[in-house]
Amino acid sequence: MALRPLGMQPAAEPPKWWWWLFVVAATAVLFALPSYIDIAVQLDMSVIFVLALLALSMSFLWGYVGILSFGQTAFFGLGGYTYAIAAMNFGETTGPLIGAMILPALFAGVIGYFMIYGRVSGIYLSVITLVVTLILEKGVRATSGEQFVIGSVRVGGQNGIPGVPPLQLPWDPSTSLFIDGVFYLSAGALVLVYVGLRLLLLTRFGRVLVGIRENERRTELLGYDARRYKLAAFVLAGGVAGLSGALYGIWGSFVGPEMFGLGQAAQVIIWVIVGGKATLIGPIVGTGLIQYLTTWLGTQGVGQVSLVLGGVLVIFVLVFQQGLLPSIGLLLAQITGRSKRSES
Amino acid sequence: MRFSRRQFMMSATGALVYASSAGLLKRAGIAAEEPIRVGNILDQTGVLNIYSLKQIQAVAMAVDEINAAGGLLGRPLELFFYDSQSNNQFNAQYTTQALVRDKVQVIHGGITSSSREVMRPIVDRFRGLLFYNSLYEGGVCDRRHVSTGMVPAQQLEALIPYVMNELGGKRGYILAADYNYGHITAKWMQKIIRDNGGEDLAVEFFPLDVTNFAPVLSRIQEAKPDVVWSALVGGAHMAFYRQFEQTIGKKNMLLASSTYGVGREQTQLSPEEGDGIYIATSFVDSLPTENAKSFVERFQAYVGNDEYVGEYGEYGYRGVTLWAEAVRKAGAADPDSVIAALGGTQVEGAGGLYTIDGQTNHTTMDIHIVRGNKEQSFDVLKSFPQQPPKDTQLVCNLYENPNDTTQYEVQID
Amino acid sequence: MEQVAIYAYQIGFSFSIFILISLGLAIIFGMMGVINLAQGEFLMLGAYSCTMAAQAGLPLWMAFIVAAIVVGLFGIIVERLIIRFLYGRVVDTLLATWGLSLFIVGAVTSVFGPQTESVASTLGNFAIGNFTVSQYSLVMMVIAVALLVFCYALFRYTRFGLLARGTMQNAAMARGLGVGTDRIYMATFGLGSALTGLAGAVLVPITGAAPTMGIFFIAKAFITVIAGGPMPLLGTISASGLFGTIDGIVAYASSSVVG
Repeated sequence: MALRPLGMQPAAEPPKWWWWLFVVAATAVLFALPSYIDIAVQLDMSVIFVLALLALSMSFLWGYVGILSFGQTAFFGLGGYTYAIAAMNFGETTGPLIGAMILPALFAGVIGYFMIYGRVSGIYLSVITLVVTLILEKGVRATSGEQFVIGSVRVGGQNGIPGVPPLQLPWDPSTSLFIDGVFYLSAGALVLVYVGLRLLLLTRFGRVLVGIRENERRTELLGYDARRYKLAAFVLAGGVAGLSGALYGIWGSFVGPEMFGLGQAAQVIIWVIVGGKATLIGPIVGTGLIQYLTTWLGTQGVGQVSLVLGGVLVIFVLVFQQGLLPSIGLLLAQITGRSKRSES
Repeated sequence: MRFSRRQFMMSATGALVYASSAGLLKRAGIAAEEPIRVGNILDQTGVLNIYSLKQIQAVAMAVDEINAAGGLLGRPLELFFYDSQSNNQFNAQYTTQALVRDKVQVIHGGITSSSREVMRPIVDRFRGLLFYNSLYEGGVCDRRHVSTGMVPAQQLEALIPYVMNELGGKRGYILAADYNYGHITAKWMQKIIRDNGGEDLAVEFFPLDVTNFAPVLSRIQEAKPDVVWSALVGGAHMAFYRQFEQTIGKKNMLLASSTYGVGREQTQLSPEEGDGIYIATSFVDSLPTENAKSFVERFQAYVGNDEYVGEYGEYGYRGVTLWAEAVRKAGAADPDSVIAALGGTQVEGAGGLYTIDGQTNHTTMDIHIVRGNKEQSFDVLKSFPQQPPKDTQLVCNLYENPNDTTQYEVQID
Repeated sequence: MEQVAIYAYQIGFSFSIFILISLGLAIIFGMMGVINLAQGEFLMLGAYSCTMAAQAGLPLWMAFIVAAIVVGLFGIIVERLIIRFLYGRVVDTLLATWGLSLFIVGAVTSVFGPQTESVASTLGNFAIGNFTVSQYSLVMMVIAVALLVFCYALFRYTRFGLLARGTMQNAAMARGLGVGTDRIYMATFGLGSALTGLAGAVLVPITGAAPTMGIFFIAKAFITVIAGGPMPLLGTISASGLFGTIDGIVAYASSSVVG
């Protein structure tokens, strides 16, 4: 079943001057912010940055390569567990953080190889990635017994691993990051990954990816091995999701099997759709909005949070078909009369 | 359909609308003082709310009662409720928010062990105080953490000898939920069965989403035990009690549990399915004491229905009253003063006398052996007064190591 | 002989559970291509309808029918209000049905509270040699097989089945031939919903009805339907057979941890 063509296709145009201005301004604001907000807000914002990385890894694959990986949470969870287990075994954290990107990337390489070179595509690829993450969840949940130990760390099954160590400064292992440090770390990682992916799309590699999304057959006829490019993108997204998982472990000092679960997997899609997958900034906004909404609702005594959230989602799909940011963009364009699209 | 409009409003809007209303504070004449802030972090939404909803209401009721009686130290209590939505991420966020932004003096909450282990380091870091009002596997040794629920040895050292000696359940078949609590509880079951000269035929663990128990029921019939011990947990595992009755039947084999009833399980089974299950508990609605009757009446009047309250609901009330007593003893509400006063704090509560054991910050309580009856409630058979949290006492001594924050696993040989 | 009978029983029972939870999805997802993440909640609504009907005094078998009708109608309403705007938009459907699933869980919890409701089957048990098994599990197996036969016959031999298969294969062509495809979509979705509701009802004496029961089944159902591959009905049967056999044998034979 073909996806209906989107009204607004993400293009890989070179960024304008105002984009650079935006990035610089956003970075400056993020760095100044911890002096003005209390640490509870810093904590709330940090987790949004961390989860936005996960959303980015999915929207990059989906919006620019045309691969809908429902199971990015597999790499997210794997990254979290890799960091937790390695850091607790070695007592050092820089290596484990890097490992938490490499291991999920390798895993993405393996399953990506079988899927992409096996010419599995479309909805079946989505569903296979979902099944992979659900199997991992089931597997991790079954490790409650004390025989499941990696090095000196109990895998912990259902309960996950509490007490995941905070990140130490690579040059000074005696200093661990506190909440404001985690804020800088997650904000910095998000900005770097965002800018990195944005610029990557300008390179030859990025253009080929977009070409594959537009027409895989034609790109191959032009002499590009589409499968290799797709696999590379899949691996890269796996690494980013792994980083997100490791940061999540650092953020909350815990990892658990729910990181692999259906609930988490569906949430990622929701963030991406709400923000709109046509841009890289959209998913970041989507993550922020939904996370803020659920956190805020939980303190308002509204009764069943899921009732409100579920209603919002249904209305969203029916009203904002492109995602929030593109919809607002369209609206603005119509208001200012600069819309090039015919109002059909 | 068996619900009233009031009940709908209660569950739809949450207990909060009833709690700590400004009018109530004014009537009590304590509104002028700076309130003492109390945090409550529980799952109103999501899969865990089956254990939380009564407790949320019970905490609100305890706070309202204290305010109606003039508050604590002449100050009113102000309740901050956070719905952690069955997601540990929110437990982390709300714990920080409660301590840093809302500046609560105590947090009541956390249902699962994993949520507690997420909250505890944050409470330690910001020098707060956490009352964990839940049944759990034991072993937490932390002066900023108080456990008011039962731990395995406390419960099982009363239950198992009773079932073995009075009912003849010598040969046991153990079924437990496949996570930390189940594994530790199963080990205690094995140890206590053997110590009493019985035999444990098998131990099996079940993931929390298992609903098909037909295979294990066939294996049980093969092994022919006298008694099946259940430490099964959660909504899916309820299926076991149904299928046990359909297949084997409690008239043919004894069934005893460490977890049944605490989450009001008997109200969800038919009278036949719940009739005859043996459990050890620190509170059931049908306890024949004045305190229990009064608590159940006040609670049902407070929430506006006559549903069974159950142990998890009572835990919330127990936690707040124990904390309030410690505040009175300390003469101050800040966490460090209250912590210093915790040891030996006593409250004559709905389930009997509760005493905080200063060595472990766990609670010594009366344990009652009860049997499910046809009225979807329990008949009390025997009470064991003042059972200490023995397992945790083996590994934890906060008098000697006040800075300990470990959760120990008791090594059982 | 006794062992063989017990194995056959275990396999049959697992098989019937897999069939029940995935048959509705085989139609909604397998045939129509709608990824309905609220499928588990449809099951739950069926369980609640059955419980309420039985508590109102209806016999259990009539409560099953009530559940099928209620959830079938509910499915039609959902199709009219939400799904029909989203055909072909796989991912939007996914999001909307996820929202719907959250909404239903929240609504049911608000109305009924979080606890399980239940109806006990009045059937007893019977013996296979030294073993006793519940008679109700045999009833479940019969219902599962009957539903399978019903669906197969419906899609294979009736006019509706022909039109439905044609519409799912090529809606434009079907429309061109004068088929009211809109109606067909609605009816097929309603049928899938009704089957799911019936399954929830049949599971009540085994699992009870609780607001969050959907999540215990949704992943299993999707995996079964997907493993079944491109021929939804037959695929689901074979996948259920495979999983049921594995589940039945492994779960019974796996040696327990004897300590």
